Amino acid sequence: MAQVVLSNELGRQFAGGQTHFDVDAVNVRKLIGALDEMFPGLGAELQSDGIAIAIDGEIFSDPFLEAIADNSEVYFLPAIKGG
Amino acid sequence: MAKFHVTATVNGEEVEYLCDPQQTMLDVLRDELNLTGTKEGCSSGDCGACSVILDGRLVCSCLALGAELDGAKIETIEGMAEGDELHPLQQKFLEEAALQCGFCTPGFLVAAKNLLERNPDPTETEVRYWLAGNLCRCTGYDKIIRSVLDVAAEMRGS
Amino acid sequence: MGYEDKELKWVGTRQIRPDGVDKVTGRANFGADLNLPGMLTGKILRSPHPHAKIVSINTDKAAALPGVKAIVTGADMPEMPSEMAQAGEGAVNFRYLSNNIMAHDKVLYDGHPVAAVAAISDAVANEALSLIEVEYEVLPHVIDVEESMKPDAPVLHDTIFTAGVEPKPEKPSNVVMRVQMGFGDPDAGYEKSDVVIERNYTTQPVHQGYIEPHAAVVEWTENDECRIWCSSQGQFMVRTFTAKLLDLELAQVRVTPAEIGGGFGGKTTIYLEPVAALLSRKSHRPVRMVMSRDEVFRATGPTSGTAMRVKIGATRDGKIQGAEAELKYQAGAYPGSPVAPGCMTAFAPYALENVKTVGYDVVVNRPLSASYRAPGAPMASFAVESAIDELAQELGMDPIDLRLKNAAKEGTQAPYGPKFKSIGYIETLEAAKAHPNYNIPLGPNQGRGVASGFWFNIGMQSSATVNVAEDGTVCVISGNPDIGGSRASLAMMAAEVLGVDYNKVKIIVGDTASIGYNDVTGGSRVTFATGMAIIQAAEDVVQQLRERAAMTWDIGVDAVVWEDGFARPASANAGDFKPLSLADIAAKAGRTGGPINGKAAINARGAGAGFGTHICDVEVDPDTGHVTVLRYTAVQDAGKAIHPGYVEGQMQGGVAQGVGWALNEEYIYGEDGRLQNPGFLDYRMPVASDLPMIDTVIVEVPNPAHPFGVRGVGEVPIVPPLGATANAVSHAIGKRMTDLPLSPPAIVSALDS
Repeated sequence: MAQVVLSNELGRQFAGGQTHFDVDAVNVRKLIGALDEMFPGLGAELQSDGIAIAIDGEIFSDPFLEAIADNSEVYFLPAIKGG
Repeated sequence: MAKFHVTATVNGEEVEYLCDPQQTMLDVLRDELNLTGTKEGCSSGDCGACSVILDGRLVCSCLALGAELDGAKIETIEGMAEGDELHPLQQKFLEEAALQCGFCTPGFLVAAKNLLERNPDPTETEVRYWLAGNLCRCTGYDKIIRSVLDVAAEMRGS
Repeated sequence: MGYEDKELKWVGTRQIRPDGVDKVTGRANFGADLNLPGMLTGKILRSPHPHAKIVSINTDKAAALPGVKAIVTGADMPEMPSEMAQAGEGAVNFRYLSNNIMAHDKVLYDGHPVAAVAAISDAVANEALSLIEVEYEVLPHVIDVEESMKPDAPVLHDTIFTAGVEPKPEKPSNVVMRVQMGFGDPDAGYEKSDVVIERNYTTQPVHQGYIEPHAAVVEWTENDECRIWCSSQGQFMVRTFTAKLLDLELAQVRVTPAEIGGGFGGKTTIYLEPVAALLSRKSHRPVRMVMSRDEVFRATGPTSGTAMRVKIGATRDGKIQGAEAELKYQAGAYPGSPVAPGCMTAFAPYALENVKTVGYDVVVNRPLSASYRAPGAPMASFAVESAIDELAQELGMDPIDLRLKNAAKEGTQAPYGPKFKSIGYIETLEAAKAHPNYNIPLGPNQGRGVASGFWFNIGMQSSATVNVAEDGTVCVISGNPDIGGSRASLAMMAAEVLGVDYNKVKIIVGDTASIGYNDVTGGSRVTFATGMAIIQAAEDVVQQLRERAAMTWDIGVDAVVWEDGFARPASANAGDFKPLSLADIAAKAGRTGGPINGKAAINARGAGAGFGTHICDVEVDPDTGHVTVLRYTAVQDAGKAIHPGYVEGQMQGGVAQGVGWALNEEYIYGEDGRLQNPGFLDYRMPVASDLPMIDTVIVEVPNPAHPFGVRGVGEVPIVPPLGATANAVSHAIGKRMTDLPLSPPAIVSALDS
């Protein structure tokens, strides 16, 4: 099971305030699908442009098929722009 | 409005142009003579991007009027290299990475050349104060100042 | 494929940049340098009010002026839905962008565009602007971030309801959103602490200060092609934004990048292009628009001013037990301050168990903020690094030792959640401590400050093409405007992979029709991500060269290696063939399958986080309050410096901007809500005589995700200087300075109090 962490705001909006979840998924697409099943509407939000994903410390600005390992740590973060 | 007819020498060549009374020397250089190497950064004499040599003096070309230049001798960045030979300052700026975006570079080169013609052995402080009228936002000035000091030393040595 | 272990011929050396001669001879063409036949001048009429309804705009008199060819107002701009939409680098609300470029019904800051004209000369255009009659209904305005958060503040947008708070607000507010991140329990950490520091800090908005004002030339053709020549940090960004705002298809818009005279993030958005396009469509002539410096200051992106509170507690041994920050950032007239990255980066250099950051994005009657180098990080870093410095003072610890005691390293959980991969923060602290600057004795009225900083660095999308010419020379096409010498570093990496002389590699920045999509030049991504694309495109060429050699020798491709610019048999078993150079193979390319062109299109993964540590020595004149920067040393982990000269340049330039931010630069507004210092004389950026030489130490802890180890360098250097400079001044005068800028009046008043 991957450990998945939502931002406070997403947890509040979609998951009754909960932010930490254990989810079984082999890649980002499956993970988002699983989260959307748990909390309808969350999937679309997680795929919006303002959100990036960190998988085991590496930040992806527009992930889709990135692999998630059994014990991966996955964080949903505000997307970073640069100057 | 009647235009002024002006004859001046730019980079050693006699030029004639017509200009409106409100056109600055910078406007004339860029728009009438197509010498766009001289840049406009502020139009108020604060940034030095439009530095040129007017009758031997370093000036901001945005602060002089085109109509006043009859008989004047003007040197711009386009006249700095001699044929294929870059001026030592131009060459040093390239070697020392003394430019990043390059927008302020023509102004710095023109100003630095004028400094070394007046003072072949400037101190770091003298270089910094002479170039204090030229703004650079990219480099922090370090490599520019070093380049000018290095070229001064090389030109004295040769 | 990694190159770290190979002997490198070009990477790591100081080559002359490909565009260098053009830039020292005045040949280089920047945004304002293009002159098309029949070209008109476009100029913008701007609001003199910080907040007002537009009751009416009458352009009849202006239109009647001889020489006026077109007039545009907000009514000419297509209506945009108010929603976040995808736009390359990230989400953009195109309604806000459209309204910012040309006000529709309301003006929200001094300088907000309300109309534009195209005319045969500057003089006629200026006269036409004076003939446009705008009737305003002036509204109360708010400039200060904390004032704007008050319940009775004038509301800028009746469509904004604070996001991120419970219960969901029913009244519109200037507070766009509240964000919170962190973990653990800071209060429990303070309980355990022997020393707790808590202070409020403020910073003022500062402008990116690029010397080249925004400039664009647009030509709209009769078959609705929109051709744009402009300086920006991304020709594809200009294409996307312009097409979106004008309801065009992307292929209708072709953007040719001019040389860019500085951007620092401020040119990752647009201001002029759609307006010039509409003027060109109406006048059937090309239109050039160039901003004045006054316009640049009044209406283009400063970064946010802030009000911040930081609290840090530590035990006597220097271990930080709890930390929190509350950050209020001015977004300007529309939402979008960089407060989220502020929250993420504030405590990033430290390994913490209890940390919490709360941020507020707040609209005020100022120009819409734009990205500025490590957006959001320098201000938060100033507050945190000031508190850390004060903590060191209270604990009687050396400030570098205190940082070493708490430094983040590989595996440390960052305050925004994930664990850091390989990072080089500790290495920067150790290099700073070992630097001679750190031990030079100080005299009276002198002080030394230390601060560290962090930036993520980003990857994202890049395309690259490497074309081999028939004689074996190489032409590279990049899709990223070169803002500080990146063409040199990109060409050096291509030469390294191909094994050819750097001087045989020419590189251009392609227009939107001649190279595939690229995200903007920003986020310190070009040498990292576009470099990766160019490396892959060059490797594609190498593969083709091996195939051509294999074909020539009639052996398997696996039996051919590419070494130092030559195809060679992999071993004696492969056969005895005379090595073939790139030029040999290129000359016969027609026989072996046609031209040899390499391509890559990637979304670069694995950007390496960057850290820096700076030392600043100052002397303060107690009579005048004037601060002299005596010495400055910047240490940074670059991963790998492809061109050390331009890496040093990024570091030195970031320091100069940060010192200006700390000591002098600020937007000054009057009671009337008008900007009082929209010029370089009164907006005081550092000049050559304000600064010393800036010493640099490049630390190289390679980023394992990049073939040469690159992390990206452009943004980290502006993060530490605010804290380093303020800490130095505080030590020099013996008073903690918490409000930037530390201009002479501020210091005199602190000394007098």
